Amino acid sequence: MKTLNFLTRTRNGRSLDWTDWLSYAYLVMGLFLMFGPVLWLVMSSFKTESALNEFPPSFLPYGQKSIAVPGEEKMKPVYRVKMPDGTTKELAELRRIGLTATLIDPARPDDLIRVNVKDREPVREFKLATENYTDLGGQIKFGTYLWNSVFITVIATILTLLFNSMAAFALSKYKFSGRSAVFLLILGTLMVPPAIVLVPNFLVISELGLLNSLWGVIWPAIATPTGVFLLRQYMLTIPDELLEAARMDNASEWQIYWRIVLPLAAPALAVLAIFSVMWRWNDFLWPLIVLSKNEKFTLQLALNAFQGDLVTQWNYLLAMTVITLLPITIVFAFLQKYITQGIASAGVK
Amino acid sequence: MKTSASTPWFFLAPNVIVIVLFTFIPIAINFYYAFTGGVNLYPTQRPGVGVENFSTLLECGSYFDPSSCRKDVFWQSIWNTAKYAIFQVSLMVLFALITAVVLNRKIMGRGFWRGVFFYPVLLSPVVVALIWKWILQRDGLLNAAMVAVDAHPVLWLAEPGWAFFWVTFVSIWAHMGFYTLILLAGLQAIPADLYEAAQLDKASPWRSLTKITLPLLMPNLLVVVVLAMIKAVQIFDEVFVLTGGGPGSATTFVVQFIYQTGFVEPVRLYGIAAAGSLMLALALVALTLLQLKLSNAEKAGERVK
Repeated sequence: MKTLNFLTRTRNGRSLDWTDWLSYAYLVMGLFLMFGPVLWLVMSSFKTESALNEFPPSFLPYGQKSIAVPGEEKMKPVYRVKMPDGTTKELAELRRIGLTATLIDPARPDDLIRVNVKDREPVREFKLATENYTDLGGQIKFGTYLWNSVFITVIATILTLLFNSMAAFALSKYKFSGRSAVFLLILGTLMVPPAIVLVPNFLVISELGLLNSLWGVIWPAIATPTGVFLLRQYMLTIPDELLEAARMDNASEWQIYWRIVLPLAAPALAVLAIFSVMWRWNDFLWPLIVLSKNEKFTLQLALNAFQGDLVTQWNYLLAMTVITLLPITIVFAFLQKYITQGIASAGVK
Repeated sequence: MKTSASTPWFFLAPNVIVIVLFTFIPIAINFYYAFTGGVNLYPTQRPGVGVENFSTLLECGSYFDPSSCRKDVFWQSIWNTAKYAIFQVSLMVLFALITAVVLNRKIMGRGFWRGVFFYPVLLSPVVVALIWKWILQRDGLLNAAMVAVDAHPVLWLAEPGWAFFWVTFVSIWAHMGFYTLILLAGLQAIPADLYEAAQLDKASPWRSLTKITLPLLMPNLLVVVVLAMIKAVQIFDEVFVLTGGGPGSATTFVVQFIYQTGFVEPVRLYGIAAAGSLMLALALVALTLLQLKLSNAEKAGERVK
């Protein structure tokens, strides 16, 4: 009882009451429900094709044990065999014809043993099917999809940072007629959902000759209103005296923007960069319309195309899904604080 | 380069050109498409048809029975979207609220727990759909659990009712963390001394929840509900990958109808797609105005207090 009291004591000295217990129960259930499916995906992605077809499935990736047999090129699957004399032995199977399996003891490769298939069962061991990952390059054009995704994400993010920060600089550091009109115009695009301009944007892109080009995905996405808003709010806090001092020293307006304001706005730029990477990496509907050729697919489009195949190769699909969620997970693990603060302050994701 | 009248425009130009080219011009063209017919993409080759696209979409025996409409899938998708928006938003906001209240308590490892609920928000819709498709498939984890408790396995995504349930469930799973975060920020803005006073008065936890937390959180709750509504009406990505709109058209939503009509069907009816998207835009404008009105009313209410 004493230990229980000690364990449940809280900082202000009182014990956990029923609302605390309820809270922790809720949180643990949430952990199970939120992370469980992702964990299940990762575990499954390390299973061999045959292990994926098992029902009921096992949690850990188990595969059939296989060993090298002298005189055979490939590894052979291992079975536990009930011998005619009643003992059991672990043997490697060479081949199976009808109901008869031919097995061999690797230690004594000269004796072939023939048994009924009913008398043998596979020997299972913990085995990570890393070939699901390593085969991706050869089996499907994984490298191409990865490159397309990375190219779009990196270039679009750089252009977003450049264009948005230039606009934010103009909107926060100059007084000119039409300033608030332009600001409202840019913010107004927040209310234009991408689904509304699907058809006409398709025309614009095809008129510019950007269909099936990665640039057709990049250009429409870069002028984010969120970015302009975020950066403008931050740049307003940079004192104008700094800019005036630089003008005294004959700095050009571009130098003021590039050498003074941009470095000072680095924290806001970092937040926008994180957001932009997530947006572009996860984009789906617009790339789906612009990119219809297989060799232009992003990872998201490739995943969608494979899951729609008549025969889904789940082992590769799962491995590719894990790779697709990996960058986002890494970003999240290290930059969670900035992401949640950014959302709390801008109210957009 | 001295400061001149044109300097700010030089800095604005790239951003503004992109916006004009890919947002404002397309909006204008969208109106043009909506009032012209034919299957040509090029505006000059499209004959004007007046409001025919709209009347085709709106022609209906009874709006409550999609099969009596000329574009039955359109009306099916509208009813699906409405049903989805109501269920998804109310359940999601409810769970986001509970989660935010729990996370706002004095708990150990708050940052970790907040991360747990927020993580799915960052996953791409395709990844979210595949994670759940793998669990819900015929020989998947959920059916293994069903067999383990001696129940019959179910084809979760092949039965209309279940497919709709799982589409709603999965989208709540994926987006709840975002709204939790907004509500949590609202909760943290409530002054702590109110709760201390309530504790001195020996108010029950339930009473301080209904008498302090909820009334003071109301402005945030309203914003969250409308934001979630705006998102819900535009649902497409994860459902498209998870069910493809099926079985039949049980989980086909408005955006998917626009996408199918304009980009998938062998005969691409851009006019119908554009007209449909304008009607969707109308609903979104109404929701946005509602949001503005609610937040204004909230401010006015605060001034009276």
